[in-house]
Amino acid sequence: MTYKSDIWEVFIQSKNGLAHKHVGNVHASDKKMALDNARDLYTRRNEGSCIWVVKTSHIVSSESEDSESFFDPANDKVYRHPTFYKMPDGAKHI
Amino acid sequence: MSEKLFQEKIDSEKKIEPKDWMPEKYRQHLIRQISQHAHSEIIGMQPEGQWINRAPSLRAKMILLAKVQDEAGHGLYLYSACETLGISRKELINQLHEERAKYSSIFNYPTLNWADMGAIGWLVDGAAIVNQVSLQRTSYGPYSRGMIKICKEESFHQRQGYEIMAEMANGTKEQKAMAQDALNRFWWPSIMMFGPHDADSPRTGNAMKWKIKRQTNDELRQSFIDKTVPQAQVIGLTIPDPDLKWNEQRGHYDFGEIDWKEFWNVVNGNGPCNKERLDHHKRAHNEGRWVREAAKVYAEKNKLN
Ligand SMILES: [Fe+2]
Ligand SMILES: [Fe+2]
Repeated sequence: MTYKSDIWEVFIQSKNGLAHKHVGNVHASDKKMALDNARDLYTRRNEGSCIWVVKTSHIVSSESEDSESFFDPANDKVYRHPTFYKMPDGAKHI
Repeated sequence: MSEKLFQEKIDSEKKIEPKDWMPEKYRQHLIRQISQHAHSEIIGMQPEGQWINRAPSLRAKMILLAKVQDEAGHGLYLYSACETLGISRKELINQLHEERAKYSSIFNYPTLNWADMGAIGWLVDGAAIVNQVSLQRTSYGPYSRGMIKICKEESFHQRQGYEIMAEMANGTKEQKAMAQDALNRFWWPSIMMFGPHDADSPRTGNAMKWKIKRQTNDELRQSFIDKTVPQAQVIGLTIPDPDLKWNEQRGHYDFGEIDWKEFWNVVNGNGPCNKERLDHHKRAHNEGRWVREAAKVYAEKNKLN
């Protein structure tokens, strides 16, 4: 039998209340091993309060080659930013 | 995307990510460099690993164990980065076993006594840090991120080594002699870690153009020497190089000529421990095969239930 392990991407929440952040990946044959390996590899110095592991093959990514057209719908909508609006002189806390 | 656009991206300090277009030679250069770096971390566990059971105190043992574990982690971060270039972990290990991939020659020297744990942490990790700090700015995103993480972990490695050296240098006459002897043996191999002189290093041109490397071998070596010489003075040890002296004009230390014959001899497999290191890696890998297979079968079985 030839052995081939799966690759799992690792996301760590560094502190309660913060978002999980991608830190790298591990090889593992199942989810328990993936979590254990991720703990041993990425949190040897208390870097995390929670770990997510996701099989790399389950991640869908946009293509960097068409990133321009993919993100294009947001380009012409400057009115989505607060700096677009003129506030009357003297108005505060807004 | 063309090579011209790629170069423009590099020149404007943008990172290249795994799915981005890249010249095939850039990819090949990265695979060679990152895998060599990864193998070095893993093979580098051996000379220090041999002293975990012989550490002189529980404190020393815990520290050395933690350091060697870190090096295993560094190897894994780097294998991960390398795999993003489309090569499998299995192929990387095969390349190492079939001697198609290299690792740093410094790990082909034996560790004879406890002072060598000091010399390795201080000098070998010290040299690695100089190189890795520079590589934090490498153009390939996954490699750069790996370097940033590794650098955070490295700082204790060098300090624990220097602490051992300082303690022995200030200990009994015999201890001081051991520390000096370790420095004598590891100094030249450490400064060889940066590789051949720039003039004799044909791949440097592309590596600099593509910003895979950010400083040349000679620049990095000089920076290591300038940092390390005063550290030796502080603990009263002598760098084994009669030509070493401060050059006021250059603002750097001048140093003696490196024995490149020895360097190439060890690179080409004839160092004191080349065979031992590789045999040990193969043995450990083969002895672990049943564990990898059992884990896979176990995972398959659980899927059926
Ligand atoms: Fe390391
Ligand atoms: Fe290290």
